[in-house]
Amino acid sequence: MRRQIPLAITLVVGLVMVVQYFVPHKPVGNLYDLFNTWAIVIFAFAIVLGVGNLIKIHGDRIYRLERGWGYSVLLLLGLTVMIITGIGWGIEPGTSFFYLYWHLYVPMSSTMFALLAFFIASASYRAFRARNFEAFLLLISAVLVMLGRVPMGKALWGQFPVIADWIMKVPNTAGQRAIMIGIALGVVSTSLRIILGIERAHLGGE
Amino acid sequence: MNRLRKSEILLAVLFPLPLFLGIGGAYGQDSLALAPVAKVTAVDTPNDGGGSITVDWEVSPDEAAGKVTTYHIFRASEGGEFQLLGEVSSGVTKYVDEGTRDGTKYIYAVQAIGKEGKSALTKSSPVWSRGQWFNTQRTNMLLVLLVISAAILLYIRKARAGGKLFIRKIAGLDAVDEAVGRATEMGKPVLFIPGIMDMDDIQTIAGMTILGRVARKTADYETTLRVPVCRSVVMSVAQEVVKEAYLDAGRPDAYDANKINYLTDDQFGYAAGVDGIMLREKPAAIFLMGHFFAESLILAETGFSIGAIQIAGTAEISQLPFFITACDYTLIGEELFAASAYLSGEPRLLGSLKGQDVGKAIFMAIIILGVILENLGYHFLTALMTTG
Repeated sequence: MRRQIPLAITLVVGLVMVVQYFVPHKPVGNLYDLFNTWAIVIFAFAIVLGVGNLIKIHGDRIYRLERGWGYSVLLLLGLTVMIITGIGWGIEPGTSFFYLYWHLYVPMSSTMFALLAFFIASASYRAFRARNFEAFLLLISAVLVMLGRVPMGKALWGQFPVIADWIMKVPNTAGQRAIMIGIALGVVSTSLRIILGIERAHLGGE
Repeated sequence: MNRLRKSEILLAVLFPLPLFLGIGGAYGQDSLALAPVAKVTAVDTPNDGGGSITVDWEVSPDEAAGKVTTYHIFRASEGGEFQLLGEVSSGVTKYVDEGTRDGTKYIYAVQAIGKEGKSALTKSSPVWSRGQWFNTQRTNMLLVLLVISAAILLYIRKARAGGKLFIRKIAGLDAVDEAVGRATEMGKPVLFIPGIMDMDDIQTIAGMTILGRVARKTADYETTLRVPVCRSVVMSVAQEVVKEAYLDAGRPDAYDANKINYLTDDQFGYAAGVDGIMLREKPAAIFLMGHFFAESLILAETGFSIGAIQIAGTAEISQLPFFITACDYTLIGEELFAASAYLSGEPRLLGSLKGQDVGKAIFMAIIILGVILENLGYHFLTALMTTG
């Protein structure tokens, strides 16, 4: 029964979602929005599971004084402070939560995002090494696109932006569309396997 | 003096007369100075769930001269008074009334408005809204879906009957055993990252199916499997998937729920957390399977820096170049969805891959035919493949 019930729910919901795409009449046509609302509610309540897991794992780490337990203290402290300030005094501008959010959370998040610039540089360095013919083509197209996208490129030769646009619009778009068609077919195939219960690995079985 | 007074009285009487007669530009706002809208058509909005009527009209002849600024749209229930419903600027010839009651008859009227005045109301025939049982604009989608589904089911049936199927090699998936084996030999954990989206995303579901296969292998090889997740529901599903895989492998004792843990819902917070795990625990094999965004390269480059063998898979096109650059193997788009079937080797699942290939062949034929027809000036195939 542990397998049959989820499979039955998947079959019914999957078929209903397919049907609602083609049938706009109420109540069928409204089911997508309804199920989406349910999903949002479930996901919102499920955050309790996540927070519970965080408290358990980091609580255990502190209790056992595992290596790096101080960071766990900091994490739980941050979690507690944000919850108390948010629930206690609200999240509007001028509140403690708002201050912590804008002056701690946002800068830290931006810092992580900013690391991307350095990672792009290191990854590009490896990708653009002309080790074989394909890598050489990649290097040439990358250089042309970069030259076409910066003012200096246009100053050097007026045709760089035209070439860059052509590379992006023709070969790049063609390649992307080919991948997208494959993805769409993959989605149909995977959905069909899951709806019909042929694919069960996500339920933990073969 | 008396004559002068008489003329003054006469002027005073006659001066406001034009106002009452509606003559004179300055007071023309209430006059019917503009030519009316030629034709108003109101129809039940097609292919919807009801509650909507679409009103179309031909522009006032005065619009070409720039005299019309807006159009007012009125609505009346049958036998009732016209009420102003809304307004659109000149040049617009369509208004969709989303607030109708199905089955109730309405009459619509359109009036041109300009600086010089307004036009008379032009009325439509009575109309009522109702919901449709089939969206005809999606007929082509239904046909394509049926053909592809039939091909997939046909090949699944063929595979079940024992038919031999040729499936091309996918290097990234052949390397899964190698990656888990390498981690086992080195005594280091395997790290599985299922993307940052929730369980309502097909890529996350595909990631979970691959997790099931990888967990089965780590259970067989007795290797530690770490799964840090970004969503609470994904954590619950991942725990269940790994637990079942360990049970199937006959190693329930090796399952540790604490190894599948929630980090944060925040994109870059999650990236920081996973980077921390990579640098502290130095996994020998890293799987990045699911829906990724800007954090993809942060994760993949950190994995590269610790020397782990990395196998990534995503259908997010913008992130594919990053994975291809930073990882040893990348499952591109459809390969992510094929991974579970490929790894299982089960004929029924492999049959679905073959059906997928038939779908691809159909699309290729349609594209080639479409290109030829478009170049010859025939557009019916393009129109046929356009969805609403």
